[in-house]
Amino acid sequence: MTAVRCIDLCKTYRQGDQDIKALDHVSVEIKEGGFVCLSAPSGGGKTTLLNAIGGLDIPDSGEVWIAGQRIDNMSKGQLAELRLRKIGFVFQAYNLIPVLTARENVEFVMQVQGLPAALRRGKSTDILTEVGLAGLEDRRPAEMSGGQQQRVAVARAIVSRPALVLADEPTANLDSKTSDALMELFVELNRHHKTTFIIATHDQRVMGYARRLIRMLDGRVVDDIEQNAA
Amino acid sequence: MHTLRISATLAWRNLWRNHRRTIIMIAAVSIGVWAMIFMTALMRGMVNEMVRDGIASLPGHVQVHHPDFRDDPGINKLLPQSDSAVTERFDAAGFDVWSGRIKVPAVITSERDSRGVILFGIDPARERGMTFVADDIVEGRFLDGVDDTGVVIGSKLAETLETELGKRIVLMSQDPQNEIADRGFRVVGVFDAKLESYEETMVFAGKETAQKMLRVPNRINEVAVLGGDYRNVGPLLREVKELAGTGVEVLPWTELDAYLGSMLSVMDGFVLVWMIVVFLALSFGLVNTLVMAVFERVREIGLMLALGMRPSSILSQILVESLLLLAIGLLIGNLGAWATVVPLRDGIDISAVAEGMEMFGAASVLYPQLELPDVLLANVVVLVLGFLASLSPAWRASRYEPIEAITKVYQ
Repeated sequence: MTAVRCIDLCKTYRQGDQDIKALDHVSVEIKEGGFVCLSAPSGGGKTTLLNAIGGLDIPDSGEVWIAGQRIDNMSKGQLAELRLRKIGFVFQAYNLIPVLTARENVEFVMQVQGLPAALRRGKSTDILTEVGLAGLEDRRPAEMSGGQQQRVAVARAIVSRPALVLADEPTANLDSKTSDALMELFVELNRHHKTTFIIATHDQRVMGYARRLIRMLDGRVVDDIEQNAA
Repeated sequence: MHTLRISATLAWRNLWRNHRRTIIMIAAVSIGVWAMIFMTALMRGMVNEMVRDGIASLPGHVQVHHPDFRDDPGINKLLPQSDSAVTERFDAAGFDVWSGRIKVPAVITSERDSRGVILFGIDPARERGMTFVADDIVEGRFLDGVDDTGVVIGSKLAETLETELGKRIVLMSQDPQNEIADRGFRVVGVFDAKLESYEETMVFAGKETAQKMLRVPNRINEVAVLGGDYRNVGPLLREVKELAGTGVEVLPWTELDAYLGSMLSVMDGFVLVWMIVVFLALSFGLVNTLVMAVFERVREIGLMLALGMRPSSILSQILVESLLLLAIGLLIGNLGAWATVVPLRDGIDISAVAEGMEMFGAASVLYPQLELPDVLLANVVVLVLGFLASLSPAWRASRYEPIEAITKVYQ
């Protein structure tokens, strides 16, 4: 079954006097349970594509379908609901809400979803243990390392079992050891929970973990290959 | 409900992210609220005292007169009913405190000087609890009965006339035939009043003695009735009107002394204006604080929106933050006002400026009066206007595009 389908997406930004084509007739289809890396140099369009898939950015033309549902023509409220229920996000930085503890950050999405406190607590304890943060539940982001913060963000992204996790440069601020640990966690979660992962990166090490690599340049898909993951 | 809970948690914690700014803003709100309540208590106390003193000089909450009495308050404008008929009717009605009296302009003369005054021919037993004089005798005694042949004058008048307790004075007025009506009296009592003008102009004699002097036996020209609450004289007015019948004018104190009556409504308006002015000064700080708080958290707001939080929840989060800040300020401001007003309940001596104050009827001691409606009004003004002032930054925060807000972090 198809998790994500993008059909002929175009998106142009205005920068000064110049029009920048961030997406230039991009069409991509990703199956459920896929582990895909979007690779491009800076300005290549990977983040724009990721944002379009996540309903954070609306393409100028084309269609975006998530789990059989067209989203590019949805209202803000519908998009918010879609993101809340079906998509988990991991951003490059500033992933966490500073005034909340690790557990509260993880529970944030579930709380907005309206899950009861006892259920939230159980799930957050389990997921924080799974990502190796048992014992750090009550720490605030400022009291954790960058790698630990990213793990909390990953825990939050997957705790409510979304069909799709979108990660934008998740290892950009991490050292290689922490990056490897995080990617192994992604792979593990993908295998265990069959969650679809789409990761935007220009880090070769990260690309090595993907089973499918989509290369972009100047807003266009220039290469789309299946590969043996690390 | 669940989003309101997380909004409240975030609002509370965000409030304390910048302790100094929050404490300064809370201090500003507290001082503003304190100023609203304390100043209102002072003004309310002053005006209430003015009104009470004014009513004491009338005295009574509702009065009955001849329809032309107010234009020409003389002996010719007697009530159509006899004194005994009025007494019978009003006693039967069961009023707690009422009195029929004769009140005329007169000239008082000592061996040294003379002055224009108002002569009150009263029944001392009925006037107790109604006029201030009975309790404010500083020399001698109050009148014994309606046939007492002495007079009670104010200490300022005694000083002006260079007379004193035990000395004789002459009171002179006109009878209904416009003939001179005069009589010698001995000063049996001297009273002090809060306002010097009362001491200078009010002279009290026994009712029957005054009626004899003015040659109007068993007649009066004023009935005064005292009710429970001077702010709500409507029911009493209706009752007295029904009882007094036709051919007379029945008026509440608010119309008998329009200046005094208008003081209350002017005061209510002034209190509201004062509170709004104080709040306007506060609102700049409040809005600035919220704008800064929102500006510093653009990325978090973008993140929350990206994670699926609805814009309305962001709006409520900022509003809750503002209301929490206001609520803390209100709590401290209210306690501060209470702690300031309560020790001053026995009065603040402003005798240094008493003469100036007396020009508009205020006494030389201010009694701050903390009234629940004023406290509630201050709280409502701060909460409602604070809420409205917070809407703009909160609305702006809720309108962010998630990706733009997050991108700001990356750039």
